[in-house]
Amino acid sequence: MKKIFAVVLTIACLFAFTACGSDAETLKIISLGEYMSYDVLEQFTEETGIEIKYEEAPTSEEIYTKYMSGGLDYDLICISDYMIEKLIAAGELAEINFDNVPNVANIKDIYMENSKDFDPENKYSIPYFWGTLGIFYNTEMIDEPITKWADLWQEKYSGKIIMMSSMRDTFAAALAQLGYSINSTDEKELNEALQLLLAQKPLVMAYYVDEAVDEMLLGSAAISMMYSGQAYYTMSLADHDNFAFVVPEEGSNIWIDSYVITNRCDNKEAAEKFLNFINREDIATQLFEEVMYATANELVYDAIEDEELKLEEALFPQDASVDRCDVFKALDDTGMELYSKLWKQLKAE
Amino acid sequence: MNKPHLATPYVVWIIGFTVLPLLFVLYYGLTDASGNFTLANIAAIADPIHLKALWLSLLLAFIATTVCLIIAYPLAMIMRKLNLSKGSFIVMLLILPMWMNHLLKTLAWQLLLSNNGIFNTIFVALGMEPVQMLNTSGAIVLGMIYDFLPFMILPIFNALTRIDKDVIDAARDLGANSLTVFRRIILPLSMPGIISGITMVFVPSMTSFVISDILGGGKILLIGNVIEQEFNKTFNWHLGSGISIILMIFVIASMSLMSRRGDKEGGAALW
Repeated sequence: MKKIFAVVLTIACLFAFTACGSDAETLKIISLGEYMSYDVLEQFTEETGIEIKYEEAPTSEEIYTKYMSGGLDYDLICISDYMIEKLIAAGELAEINFDNVPNVANIKDIYMENSKDFDPENKYSIPYFWGTLGIFYNTEMIDEPITKWADLWQEKYSGKIIMMSSMRDTFAAALAQLGYSINSTDEKELNEALQLLLAQKPLVMAYYVDEAVDEMLLGSAAISMMYSGQAYYTMSLADHDNFAFVVPEEGSNIWIDSYVITNRCDNKEAAEKFLNFINREDIATQLFEEVMYATANELVYDAIEDEELKLEEALFPQDASVDRCDVFKALDDTGMELYSKLWKQLKAE
Repeated sequence: MNKPHLATPYVVWIIGFTVLPLLFVLYYGLTDASGNFTLANIAAIADPIHLKALWLSLLLAFIATTVCLIIAYPLAMIMRKLNLSKGSFIVMLLILPMWMNHLLKTLAWQLLLSNNGIFNTIFVALGMEPVQMLNTSGAIVLGMIYDFLPFMILPIFNALTRIDKDVIDAARDLGANSLTVFRRIILPLSMPGIISGITMVFVPSMTSFVISDILGGGKILLIGNVIEQEFNKTFNWHLGSGISIILMIFVIASMSLMSRRGDKEGGAALW
């Protein structure tokens, strides 16, 4: 009898864990890291009475894993392009009713256009921030201008080079250098890229993402792969003129982080209210000023008075650079397996 | 006083957070993406990359455990000699780092060991060449030693303080010299502590992926990193679980080896 009681209680507990909090007037949001202003969240609750449970994760992969494991029913997700493609393919997203989001008109057309690479009919996602992948370097330690990915392979910078610890990005640097598409899943091309990366590994100080900021500031590293907004953030913490950011001439990746509504969302109207809210000019301005990544909101961009800021490559990669860039396409299972195998091979050497 | 229902919360806890997750790992490890039974995920450990990672994990964990033991045993002896009570200041100092977040401590080492970090700044100030310390296997072992050392000291200290002083005095009365006392009395009686210390250091060292990630700069692949990658980056939970099962077999093997030694020496493992 006691045993049965224990088992029943266990099951009850498990249900209690999964069934909690389906309150209609609450939105559960998961986003990429450091992408929100808590003031904005408070203001939203004040204006609409809708409570928000906001949480962050450092990479799109982790968000995807968290969401797909099914434990938590997020209503809104802010995540990168290729993961949106994956979520759409998995049938996990709900179509946004754009009639409820009139402020979507504030998004610059080109970003809606670029979004078609992963959301072909612009049905599921609204661009939030965007940027490129490039090379960030210390101009005091490196006196020649850096222009291409191959510069990360120069022996004179041995031990002072940081590559990305995310496999797509680091492989993109090798693939672009070889003249291949950064979305290649061709085994031969990827193997060539691996050989190139293996040859570079003895020169590499470390494979980092967030830590690259600290190591560049400390001067432990001289040259690092970096995302544009991250590069601007690093500059803002130090003497701006000591650093430069460049989108390599061989081409690179342009990424768009967008908001999507999941099909587990049981209050779509509230979710759309939120999307409309963050795209309102005053709110989008506040978000831009706090997050300091390239905003997709045209009104915010046009209202920037500091012309130099608009020309800052590390914040708003310029048109000429963006033209060289491609959006990452989602990998299918075979492609993912291949990348994973090669990545482990690189790390194990 | 036999009230089994008082155990209910523990039963719930163990079922919910130990048994069920284990069953999930077994399920994922023994199936493929379409849910069919397969041993391929287990067999994947034979892949040279995985074998190399497993070997390196075992090697680094072995070194870290050995160094911990070499540091911890004499220290515990000294602490015993000083007649420290378990709540004393020095014991507190040893326990204190355990209150701090493991991740934070590892990140601190990153700053200490970095190329322009605190140690290298001191070296350069003393006119020496800076040394590449971070992102090496040595840095990972150092991180493991620092993080897990208290788990070696405390069980040994506990075991040593339990040794009745009269037993030692008796041995001395019968003419045993210090070496004999150590070899025939102190060492055997502290064996349960040593064994529990070894287990407490070896197992987390072998399975760690955070330390190798932070202090290895992503340049060194341990078996924990392989599992982390399969779960978090490539969503291959099946392969990740398969390798986890292999790792669990190693953990269970090392623990049962240790506990058998412990039983022979008398007294269950402390801690």
